[in-house]
Amino acid sequence: MQLIAENLVQRRGVRTVIDNLSFAVQGGEALVLTGPNGAGKTTLLRSLAGFLRPAAGSVRLEGGDDEREIGEQSHFVGHLNGIKASLTVAENLGFWAEYLEPDPIGDVLARAGAALERFGLGSLAAIPAGYLSAGQKRRLALSRLLVAKRPIWLLDEPTASLDAASAALLTRAIDEHFTGGGIAVIATHLSLGLARSRELRLGACVEAV
Amino acid sequence: MSAFWTLLKRDLGLAVREGGAIGTALGFFLVVVTLMPLGLGPDLNLLSRIAPGVLWIALLLAALLSLPRIFESDYEDGALEIMATGELPLELVSAAKALAHWVSTGIPLALLAPMLGILLNLDIAAYPVLVATMLAGTPAISFLGSIGAALTLKARRGGLLVALLVLPLYVPTLIFGISAVSAATLGAGSVSASLAILCAISLASLVLGPLAAAAAIRAQME
Repeated sequence: MQLIAENLVQRRGVRTVIDNLSFAVQGGEALVLTGPNGAGKTTLLRSLAGFLRPAAGSVRLEGGDDEREIGEQSHFVGHLNGIKASLTVAENLGFWAEYLEPDPIGDVLARAGAALERFGLGSLAAIPAGYLSAGQKRRLALSRLLVAKRPIWLLDEPTASLDAASAALLTRAIDEHFTGGGIAVIATHLSLGLARSRELRLGACVEAV
Repeated sequence: MSAFWTLLKRDLGLAVREGGAIGTALGFFLVVVTLMPLGLGPDLNLLSRIAPGVLWIALLLAALLSLPRIFESDYEDGALEIMATGELPLELVSAAKALAHWVSTGIPLALLAPMLGILLNLDIAAYPVLVATMLAGTPAISFLGSIGAALTLKARRGGLLVALLVLPLYVPTLIFGISAVSAATLGAGSVSASLAILCAISLASLVLGPLAAAAAIRAQME
């Protein structure tokens, strides 16, 4: 499997945020996006997810499911966690498990429970998510990665408000994703210590057109 | 299709658990209708003549108040983006959320209307027609309203803007809703014809609303 971007150009208003970017990511490998604030890391992730249409160029996935768009084969974990404060932790994750995996493999609750255990939230399953701390909410958002099987993970600052131990849990989950041939594109300032990763440094190539 | 029911179930669960929104709409409906006889005086003939119009306009305004709830919280907490990566097309996401709005707001408002009819001296014989027209007309309110709600996602404090956008779209529903109830009370015109047109408006909005709302959401996510 291979995720390929060719001559990608992305404009926000009159600013060219991503200018003529090409890359290819193999299965079992991470592309780590670095660069200063405003360099276009989030813009790139959002255009990979299909939220933004590129001004020029294209993104394609080789060896994936041709019937589905790249966004539908991706997990997108952005700045926002997508958590409802009035639902419990298990209900939040259970909803995403049911919603994102149309052909259920096994019991939804069991899948959600296992994912919560992996991110150390097992004991908080019955608590309304509104009571969680920022780091715990982030872990709940990340546990979504494990309840539905998707070949591409698009992670935007996944370690924001995570402690070192939780970041290590994330690194383990990503490494396991690689053993299944998965692809990850990660925007981060911290080194995650991944087994296989390449760095793509986005410059502040921001010019008025 | 299972994702559609999952989403519908969650939205209904949230509406019940965060009961404030339903309560506000019902309370608003109650207060507006209660103020009417106080403002117009105790002329029972006048009140029963204007009752269908007052009930329908108050219902529209009450439903309007709750429209932003359809997409707002999912947009603000990022859930809408995650839903966009699901296999369910955004059109069906919009449809599920508008349907949840109808079940959680439209139906309770329609069922409350006969009780408020008492305050306006509405002819008892018109109650079944009143509830029937409101049940037939409120889907149009939710599904057309979802377009306005989706268009104003990025506009902070967009409540008034939603009203400006969708109230004109509600005019046909309002006219035929009132004419059906008036036909039942005054015997002018036919109830079934107005009811059939109301159903037609609702069915058309059932199709058009989600298409337009999904297009609006895509534009807002860019």
